[in-house]
Amino acid sequence: METSKPGRPGDSVIEVTDLHRHYGTGATEYHAVRGVDLTVGRGELFALLGTNGAGKTSTLEVIEGLAAPSGGTVRVLGHDPFEERATVRPRIGVMLQEGGFPGELTAAETGRAWAGVTSGARPVAEALELVGLGHRAGVRVKQLSGGERRRLDLAMALLGRPEVLFLDEPSTGLDPEARTAVWRLVRELRAQGTTVLLTTHYLEEAEELADRLAIMHGGRVVTTGTVAEVIAGRPSRITFELPEFTGAALPVLPGAEVTVDGRKVTVQSTGLQDTLTDLLGWARHHGIALGALDARSASLEEAFLAIASEAAHQAPPQTPAAARPARRRLIGSAR
Amino acid sequence: MTTAAPAPATVTGPQSTTAGRLLALGRAEATLLLRNRAALFTAVVLPVVLISTLHGLLKKQSEDNPGLDVHSLLVYGSVGMVLAFVVYYNLTAAYVGRRGELVLKRLRTGEARDLEILLGTAVPSLVLGLFMAALIGIGGSLGLHLAVPVNPVLMLVGLLMLLATMIALAALSSAFTKTVESAGITTLPVMLVMQFGSGLYFPLEVMPSQLADVCRLLPTTPAFQLIRVGWFGTDGSAAATDFLGSWGAAAPHLVTGAVWLGLAVWGAVRYFRWEPRR
Repeated sequence: METSKPGRPGDSVIEVTDLHRHYGTGATEYHAVRGVDLTVGRGELFALLGTNGAGKTSTLEVIEGLAAPSGGTVRVLGHDPFEERATVRPRIGVMLQEGGFPGELTAAETGRAWAGVTSGARPVAEALELVGLGHRAGVRVKQLSGGERRRLDLAMALLGRPEVLFLDEPSTGLDPEARTAVWRLVRELRAQGTTVLLTTHYLEEAEELADRLAIMHGGRVVTTGTVAEVIAGRPSRITFELPEFTGAALPVLPGAEVTVDGRKVTVQSTGLQDTLTDLLGWARHHGIALGALDARSASLEEAFLAIASEAAHQAPPQTPAAARPARRRLIGSAR
Repeated sequence: MTTAAPAPATVTGPQSTTAGRLLALGRAEATLLLRNRAALFTAVVLPVVLISTLHGLLKKQSEDNPGLDVHSLLVYGSVGMVLAFVVYYNLTAAYVGRRGELVLKRLRTGEARDLEILLGTAVPSLVLGLFMAALIGIGGSLGLHLAVPVNPVLMLVGLLMLLATMIALAALSSAFTKTVESAGITTLPVMLVMQFGSGLYFPLEVMPSQLADVCRLLPTTPAFQLIRVGWFGTDGSAAATDFLGSWGAAAPHLVTGAVWLGLAVWGAVRYFRWEPRR
């Protein structure tokens, strides 16, 4: 699994071993992270995927040094990010999932305050320009759109030219254009050697950006590897609708699994080309028109959904969803 | 920077220092205070308005207690009240506001240490409070021809102890305050204790002696009494002393004050919340 990793062996920037994190005590205790292992090499872009409540943010907060682990060890740049905060912080940049800037300050004033608490800060104007907010410098944070606030957050994370960048759902709330711009920026940073650990629930984002990824479910890493490795072995899918009267039985398709739901047929196959050839040959021979025909290779999305549902059947989380820490949705609301 | 970073570092800004961080956080907080009319009103106008109430109260008490130095107590009480509103109340609201906006959590992802974040947020409250206290204290002393302070060192010790206790109490109170709006209610107990129990509105010497003894044990009373002893040479329970004698009069207040400061800091560390309860 580790062969295609770009970082040199032993040159890992983030090392997480058997990480556990609990919230609360007694009856209300919630075990959010249940033994996570992760390694991110220098210059690598690693994506942490998972459904809501999978434990992505809980894991990330411990790696960022915001909270101590309940169990296990975390090393960032060779140091404990919680105990050796003063050593680690000047070298990392963090973008939280939401908010964190007073609504009544302008973007530029926010930048000035952040520059004051950041070693080796870039000029504020440069940081705002990087994320395309240069023209909004004089606007108060509460008047920025949700997407603009996310970009301001990213600008603050980049202010100290970090070696390691943590991005918690960086493109949530962005319009497609802004998302593409953020992806371009993240790729540029990676090209310059920045190590990036991001969480996302956009599979497309992970597919676009990540060198490697891990899929989390129920506080555990269910699978990890490159996109190709995660998809490998996952079946392709063919779907179509049969006409009302076919007059011929479906052909035998070797190595494929066929599900029929009324006239709707789904074929899952590990050999897409052969199965499709067999199917189309059968259809031509019998003069059958296949409606809404769709054939696609395994995608990360399908792999993700399959892995998540497999994991859900194998190890159901013991704590009901209601006990999960609720997420706050308002970003930087003015108060 | 111990390891060679592959990331380009062509232009590097200055290293961040404690002083720089306090200044940057204080400046941002000051901007916020100036843009928040309600907070500014509570901090600047309200205590000044209350000074006239205080004057009336003291005057009435002096009718029953001849010999009560109304002028000295008015200036002293006004200084205390200004600090209570500007530092304790205002700062509690500021901590709650920043916590609600997740500003405190976000700051903790940066280089500022926890104590720097708390003190940086307190900078404008402290500066404004001290400025107003100095204005009232010095202006009042000159205008009303009050005596020169007996022991300025003791006054300074009392002032520092008072401010430290107030900051810790503000951090502690913010832990029990959900919104900025409810800060007015959650700060009420401490505000009442300070105004009525620490000898600001009613000098302890006009109270029944048992009540006065209880009041002397309240959290902020010792620090206030230290300021009073340093200023006038007595806390009102004995005849005024000189510089040397004032240390003796101050000793018990120093001890109880230090104990309360320790407890307030312990409580703040134990209960302070960096992000909203989820």
